[in-house]
Amino acid sequence: MEKKFVPRITSFLCTWCSYTGADLAGTGRMQYPTAIIPIKVMCSSRVDPVFILKAYLKGSDGVFLGGCHPGDCHYEVGNYHTRRRFAIVKKVFELLGLESERLRLSWISASEGPKFARVANEFTEKIIEMGENEAKKKIFL
Amino acid sequence: MSRIDVQKASSKGLKELIAYLLESGRVSAVFSLRKDSKTGSYDLGLITEEAGMETAEPLAPVMIANAGQVLSSFAPPAEPIAVVLKPCELRAFIERAKREQGSLENILTISMTCGGVLTRDRVVSGFDSDKVGDYENHCFAGDIHPETRDTCKACEYFVPMNADITVSMAGQEDAGTRCHIYLNTDLAREMAKGFGPDPAEEDFDSSITEGLASKRAAEKERLYGAVMSGKGGLDAVIDTFGKCLGCHGCSRVCPICYCMICDFESRNFDNDMPYFEKELEQKGALRLPPDTMFFHIGRMIHMSFSCVGCGQCSDVCPADIPVASVFKKVGEQTAAIFEYVPGRDIEESIPVMVFKEEEFTEFID
Ligand code: SF4
Ligand code: SF4
Ligand code: SF4
Repeated sequence: MEKKFVPRITSFLCTWCSYTGADLAGTGRMQYPTAIIPIKVMCSSRVDPVFILKAYLKGSDGVFLGGCHPGDCHYEVGNYHTRRRFAIVKKVFELLGLESERLRLSWISASEGPKFARVANEFTEKIIEMGENEAKKKIFL
Repeated sequence: MSRIDVQKASSKGLKELIAYLLESGRVSAVFSLRKDSKTGSYDLGLITEEAGMETAEPLAPVMIANAGQVLSSFAPPAEPIAVVLKPCELRAFIERAKREQGSLENILTISMTCGGVLTRDRVVSGFDSDKVGDYENHCFAGDIHPETRDTCKACEYFVPMNADITVSMAGQEDAGTRCHIYLNTDLAREMAKGFGPDPAEEDFDSSITEGLASKRAAEKERLYGAVMSGKGGLDAVIDTFGKCLGCHGCSRVCPICYCMICDFESRNFDNDMPYFEKELEQKGALRLPPDTMFFHIGRMIHMSFSCVGCGQCSDVCPADIPVASVFKKVGEQTAAIFEYVPGRDIEESIPVMVFKEEEFTEFID
């Protein structure tokens, strides 16, 4: 029998919103895939865009970034900066012909447990469809 | 805008103006390319006395280091100085000033409509005046000299955007016998007062650079098509940067890489033994030193929107990787999403320092 592909999705979650949202999904017993590997950060803007690149080059099948909705940032404007940086990463990936669809940014608040579960499921489905990250096999990175 | 015509070759005419500025005490020093008469080699230097002007070659078609980067290490000066920069060096300097490394205070900026600079090979392997003559013929005729840098051949911003003084070179047919000096700002008019014949009120005639602009546009298209052999994808990126020695020369000479300690040279991303073991287990082999692609793509993400396309990174690369072509192409697009042009305006904020409340929703799911 062929082994089922379980992707690994490195997920940077803002402690004030998306991480708490994920927690809520858990306590509410909502199912979301084990593919999501959460890393708690103080703010989505703590994620230097090269962290996303690093995760991708080291073979993460997807990289997820969760932040507060615009206007709700604990530090007021962190997520606006995240959005600009994320736009740059996406653009660079597109221009180099790398699979930018493996990167995703979503706004998920602390009360949006169901949204977290939905996004996690959706993104995992998409990554399964795309298959493994080819970077995993390259020795040259 | 006013214009002064000096009945001399461009480089001579400009040298006279600079000497006048020094002599009259309006500037205390001049920052310019210089040529060593013994060895024939070029360097960048500060000249404080008129006698030193003999060595000055302000319009030489070489770039030893991006002069904008060098200038930022001692600007602002205590007293006014005049600086001669290529258009891309001036833009680089403005990008540095935005990062609080340098300031335009006390600086009179002089630039030229630029025919490009010769590649390292062309400069290192002896540099006789015939070469400059040959270069000038191309430049004044509005042609691309075949031995200029790839990014110069494809450079669209060869008319200085915000120099106080512009010397007309590219496409200026009589530049070999006449020096056309444009005074673009009040500061320039003030400084040049009393120099040469009376200035004429005249705007820069952009029709003379149009021919070169369209040749460069075609060249740019060709260059961009050749980046990563016209392909994209992980394999093409690896093919392009796979020869990299990891010397980080390209980032050291980049005027935009302003960080005092580069993230990629810090220990932030060091790999430990368990990492290597795991990689080997998964892949069966490992290329060392690691993180080559990480360095290049990471640098693109960090700074490409400010890349001025000077070509310095390609020029120093010992592995002959067309670093600048890739960065120029990628940078143009990362800047475009913010409608940003690096070095266009000192008041324009670096894209990652500002934001709008409503934007880029297309990147968010
Ligand atoms: S990149 Fe443009 S401005 Fe810079 S030296 Fe080359 S032609 Fe001149
Ligand atoms: S200069 Fe060339 S070899 Fe050195 S790090 Fe840059 S790309 Fe690699
Ligand atoms: S990346 Fe290369 S071409 Fe661009 S500014 Fe830096 S040195 Fe110049």
